[in-house]
Amino acid sequence: MTSLSKTVSSLWPEPLRLVLFLVGILSFVGLNAAYLVWVERKGAGRFQRRPGPTEVGWAGLLQPIADAVKLLSKQLIVPAGADTTLFRVAPLLMMSPALMSLAVIPFGPSLAARNINVGLLMIFAFGSINVMAIMLGGWSSRNKYAIISAARVVSQNVAYEIPMLLVVITMIMVTGTMNLNEIVLQQAGAFWHWNFFKVWVNPLMPVTFLIFYICMLAETNRAPFDMTEAESELVAGAYTEYAGMGFGVFFMAEYANILLGCALATVLFLGGWQSPIGILPGVFWFLVKMYFLIFSVVWIRWTFPRTQFYGLLNLSWEILIPVSLCTLILSSAMMKLLHA
Amino acid sequence: MKNSLKEIAIGFNSLVTGMRITIGQFFKPSVTVQYPHESLKMPERFRGHIELVRDPATGKAVCFACKLCERACPSDCITVEGAKLDGAKKRSVTQYILDFTKCSLCGSCVEACRDGAIRYSHEYNLASTNKEDYIMDLFKRLENERLEAERLEGSPKSEVQSPTAEAPRQEPKAADEPSTPNSQPPTTPK
Amino acid sequence: MIVKEQVRTEMSADGAPRETFVINIGPQHPATHGVLRVKMTMDGEYVVRAEPVCGYIHRMQEKMGENRTYAQFLPNTSRIDYLSAMTYTHAFVGAVERAAKLQVPPRAEYIRVITSELNRISSHLVWWGAFLLDLGGFTPLLYAFDDREKILDLLEGITGSRLTYSYYRIGGLCNDVDDTFIKGTRAFVAQMRPRLKMYRGLVTDNIILRKRLIDIGPISKEMCRKYGATGPVIRGSGIPYDVRRVEPYSVYPEFDFIIPTFQEGDSMSRYLVRMEEMAQSLRIIEQALDKLPAGPVMAEKVPRVLKLPAGDYCYAVEAARGRFAVRIVSDNKEIPYRVKLRTPSLSNLSLFEEASAGMLLPDALALMGSLDLVIPDIDR
Repeated sequence: MTSLSKTVSSLWPEPLRLVLFLVGILSFVGLNAAYLVWVERKGAGRFQRRPGPTEVGWAGLLQPIADAVKLLSKQLIVPAGADTTLFRVAPLLMMSPALMSLAVIPFGPSLAARNINVGLLMIFAFGSINVMAIMLGGWSSRNKYAIISAARVVSQNVAYEIPMLLVVITMIMVTGTMNLNEIVLQQAGAFWHWNFFKVWVNPLMPVTFLIFYICMLAETNRAPFDMTEAESELVAGAYTEYAGMGFGVFFMAEYANILLGCALATVLFLGGWQSPIGILPGVFWFLVKMYFLIFSVVWIRWTFPRTQFYGLLNLSWEILIPVSLCTLILSSAMMKLLHA
Repeated sequence: MKNSLKEIAIGFNSLVTGMRITIGQFFKPSVTVQYPHESLKMPERFRGHIELVRDPATGKAVCFACKLCERACPSDCITVEGAKLDGAKKRSVTQYILDFTKCSLCGSCVEACRDGAIRYSHEYNLASTNKEDYIMDLFKRLENERLEAERLEGSPKSEVQSPTAEAPRQEPKAADEPSTPNSQPPTTPK
Repeated sequence: MIVKEQVRTEMSADGAPRETFVINIGPQHPATHGVLRVKMTMDGEYVVRAEPVCGYIHRMQEKMGENRTYAQFLPNTSRIDYLSAMTYTHAFVGAVERAAKLQVPPRAEYIRVITSELNRISSHLVWWGAFLLDLGGFTPLLYAFDDREKILDLLEGITGSRLTYSYYRIGGLCNDVDDTFIKGTRAFVAQMRPRLKMYRGLVTDNIILRKRLIDIGPISKEMCRKYGATGPVIRGSGIPYDVRRVEPYSVYPEFDFIIPTFQEGDSMSRYLVRMEEMAQSLRIIEQALDKLPAGPVMAEKVPRVLKLPAGDYCYAVEAARGRFAVRIVSDNKEIPYRVKLRTPSLSNLSLFEEASAGMLLPDALALMGSLDLVIPDIDR
């Protein structure tokens, strides 16, 4: 009896910790998905010399709540003839990989839900579900525009996964581990210890970061690569038939994916929770860097027009893949030289 | 190979230039005038709907219902009626209806009038939920104005006009004076 | 999924069967276009046939011309193409003045040129912003409208109206310009030049935009001639046809400006033509302000009741979209017998069907945007 209770009490903290992290991640993602909308709209306003939302709440801070209430109050219409299961499952399929992948991101020195040794691999494994989600959403809608958009999304995402994975393989080689917490620990010290500046190992490191960033924009279907949402015959693309919270979840999932992408870029290249001046590391620096990257994503969206669809694919197949192969070969050569 | 590298460099440079321009605009002030809270001053020649002019000597409308404006209007939105009042030499206007739902603010009526009996107002806050507000009886408005002015002249405290719909011409505030809605400046005497 | 019945199988030119389906673009468009419906027969992403269906905003302007006197029809002219309203009114009053042999005083002519060129700039700014909105760049629209506000404020100061001016009168102008306008216009010209440079840096040089527009939607000289395209469409294809040079009117011969012409015929050259035209309009405005003579703004002895002698009169202007011509047939009455409005957008639209065959859909839409159509101009 006592041994059983001892076993239970030794097991008890871990489930509690996981539940706390679950609640924490869900609320973090939920809050961010809602308030990144506010950041985007205010940012868009400032770039366009106008105020952005100001009426609802002070400086428009209650605007996302008003939008959420509006979306919740709409009827979830499933079109006649649509595949109902797939139609309803698609938004959830898009939201869940982002949520699950955030379990391995180290937000702070002891703030990682699960310190998995193959954390990076897990993130990319879950990331490929995104493609399927939009494709299923578009396909099951029984709508010409949605089909065309879904087809475009598949080719776009497949084309941009390859350079992203090549870049990540380069980083795995440089850091020697797939454990995200260890990658951050390796970048301890002032900012020149960050992976972004390690040009003696990979001479094309800034280019590598750039490729990762561009692939992240393309994977999350973000301008200037947002053919699926904004352009398809001037209707909403794969999300055309979604009403109310179905569309709301897609929308939030897009921001959750941006969150994940920027968090990953911070961890891999910019030192995660390490501070740039070498003292007082912590979750604060992580958030600063991540939100700076998110701001740059918003900045890019409101500056550039959309690329052409074949221009998008050409960029990936003709430029990004050869350059990322180059970085891979170069960094392996440099590492061989350094070790020799 | 060298050409395409050069192309990539030029392309990348153009993107960076674009981003530099937008971030420059980010830190500049907003150019929006937040309409219900602030408003702009209309220029002198602004074309609001027309209104009748009062003759300061007699206190009555200059218009004597010659119907030139009615004939000049391309949209048939003016209806004028006049009659000779007892003891008067000229006709005077008894009814002047402007159907503002048809008016295109072209100004033909103001130009056609030989005596300057109508002029543009500066009103643009005309939103309403019923159509009757747009069938404007301009003569009645002028009469109401006159009665209001007489009433206020009689009373000792006549600093601020009450904000009635038929108040004399108000000038909306300038953009650099944000104010609460529904407060009106004191009217300038005519 | 696309339902079986919606897909038709037809034989393409090389004998192979292909499956097509029909998509409607419009009649409701975001931004520029207006109520135009384009029935596109698509083969996957490729446009097999694009058939424009117009008439959704037909307001019977020409019929109204037959029921109103010359002075009463004037406000209508502003509303045919509301973005370049001044130039359209110019054509109409020019036709009437030519018929009635009225001598417009030189001050009025100069002011007409200044206001027409300001209107041209504001129309091109709207085109630029809306075209970029179509292509996915949302910000330049607001920068363009910021500049346009300044023009609209200037014109509101003298005419009283922001969009549909009705400023010109038969024989001259409605009223004179004041010092505020002249000072304001000079200030505007001074601040617009750096803005045009900013637009070049932000948009024209942008690699994404260049990839979107260069070699997209080629229109050959023969196609332009066949369909009677005018304006930036024909000047982007290499033919320097501008009514201000070919059939000079008003006081344009006194100004020194070039007609921007580009040879390639693709969407980028039409884009560049319009950007250059804005710069040239600024030059014309400056020269006109420098040379502005004093004097009256209304011709003497304009009859109140205007009856044109019987006959056929025509007057053409270079509007922002192309050649706009008014033809008045009069039978010696107060009311014209016929007012024919030759609008540029209809001719520019008619080459869309042939030019877009075989293009990808986004390219076809970029082509339509670069034609600068204003639908009320097509339907009148």
